[in-house]
Amino acid sequence: MASETTQAAMVDAARFHRIAEVRVVTPREPLDRAAFIRMLFVAPALLISLSVVLVPLIVTVTLSFTNWDGFESPQFIGFANFARLFSEAKFWAALRNNLLYTSLYVTLPMILGLLIAMLLLMVRVGRTLFQVVFFLPSTIATVVLAQIWKGMVYSPTTGMFGYLQRIGVPVSNPLAAPETALMGVLFVDMWHWWGYLTVIYLGALRQVDKSLVEAAFIDGATRFQVFTKVLLPSIRTTVLFMMLMTIIWSFRVFDWIYIMTEGGPGFASEVLGTLAYKTAFQQFAVGYASSYSVMMSLVGLGAIIVYLRIQVRTERR
Amino acid sequence: MEFQSQSRAKILVYVILGFAAFFILYPLVLMLLNSLKTNFEIFLNPIGLPENPNWGVFAKVWAAANLGRAIFNSLLISLGTVLSVCTVTSMAAWVVARRSVPGWFLISLYFLVTTTIPIQMYIFPLYFVMGWLGLINQPLAVIYIYTAIFTPFALFLLRTYIVEIPVELEEAARIDGASESQIFFRVILPLIKPGLITVALITGLSAWNEFLIAVTFLQTGEAATATARFYQLIGRFSSNWPEQMAIAAIIAVPVVVFFVILQRRFIEGVSSGAVKG
Repeated sequence: MASETTQAAMVDAARFHRIAEVRVVTPREPLDRAAFIRMLFVAPALLISLSVVLVPLIVTVTLSFTNWDGFESPQFIGFANFARLFSEAKFWAALRNNLLYTSLYVTLPMILGLLIAMLLLMVRVGRTLFQVVFFLPSTIATVVLAQIWKGMVYSPTTGMFGYLQRIGVPVSNPLAAPETALMGVLFVDMWHWWGYLTVIYLGALRQVDKSLVEAAFIDGATRFQVFTKVLLPSIRTTVLFMMLMTIIWSFRVFDWIYIMTEGGPGFASEVLGTLAYKTAFQQFAVGYASSYSVMMSLVGLGAIIVYLRIQVRTERR
Repeated sequence: MEFQSQSRAKILVYVILGFAAFFILYPLVLMLLNSLKTNFEIFLNPIGLPENPNWGVFAKVWAAANLGRAIFNSLLISLGTVLSVCTVTSMAAWVVARRSVPGWFLISLYFLVTTTIPIQMYIFPLYFVMGWLGLINQPLAVIYIYTAIFTPFALFLLRTYIVEIPVELEEAARIDGASESQIFFRVILPLIKPGLITVALITGLSAWNEFLIAVTFLQTGEAATATARFYQLIGRFSSNWPEQMAIAAIIAVPVVVFFVILQRRFIEGVSSGAVKG
């Protein structure tokens, strides 16, 4: 939801990893009654999260070294799942799709979102209306949007594409062909996402100090220079943070692909998220599915680390 | 900050923005238009207005798909999630924001890290344990999982609200002999109401629209939320697009209306500045 407060929360979270560098010394107070009460205040949120996320996560890692099928007692098989996974074309295809998906997702909607946010900054009348419209898709359920695009846009019989075909425009359903299936899904996902970014960026842009912009204009800067030299640097934190979040979110892509293509045709649009899920719930190879999950997390973690490194390096310059 | 620009440039800007708005809205409009057509009419004319709008379609799918039950489930789960998230995270956020327990940093770091973990990393054990405990198809189990998933975001958002409250207020209350829980419930909670409303909105919306957990843990037509129900029905209605789009509209339109109404209040509330005690 777009608001300055959410902004603040996000920027706050972005600064969070810097807190780690500064050693905050908390007085080690004796655990008196008040401190104990405060412990009780954190306990519910922490216990719920530990039981839903951390404990099952440890179990998943353990399962990835077994051949568990969800029913029998699991056998420990060492790294056999990982060896099998590395020798599979399916896994590499899914990984490649994930990386392709994330790399496009973190660039195209970002650029479009920034551009449109800059344009919104230039108009006053209708700004709120545009914001609401651009934000609309991110308030609607994935499964609804995916079906609209599948049936009303892409479908050769009931969709806009079918109609265009019949009047002679050479388009075809991207979801039906292995070469284009992933792109077809990615396009819908980006269509629903860029407006959200636009609203976030506009919120950040509106917080930029007016006097900076006025000073730049007085110094004879063109509007383009004001955008690139004043506005962009001012919202840098927000942009970088949204990039990080977008990498994380897009790497977990599941809904769109599962609903629109189920990873097909063949394995053309498979990603690690759908591969793990289908292996567990359609083939009941839970141990093997867990090894997909572990790989998914490791690659995701790697992407985050690489991103943070690049960011730190540019900070130092 | 605003930009003054000449009218010609302005017209161009509006044209581009208009295109962008059309690009977003048109597929959504197609959903509404095509729900009112017959299957054959969609084939003949997939992009235009319906000739004889079939308004009866909504009542028909409502009954045929047992949508009332699904909407009820969605409401129940969304409201339950909102209540539990607001309760547990506001308490935790206060402690994390004030750094008032040893290990506050580890706790925050833990919550930050959980936001990066894919659901596939913990859903399998969760599913089988819930199965053994007989909690599949139980709304409470889904509320519990949602609470864990939506907590980190809510926590960091509320933290920013609490940080802005002067510590002196708390100190003054302590000197007056207030207990820790009195300080939280009488001093902090009333001051972070705007933050709680924001958290409630975002959490409610996320729970209403959530797909992966809902589809996995709610497998019967009786237990399914609106999104899970829609996914169950896609196969059954696969050739009947008007009915599919009618169901889609029933799920999406109330949310959109809700969002549009609250978005306005939202922008006003935020622009008038955070409530300072």
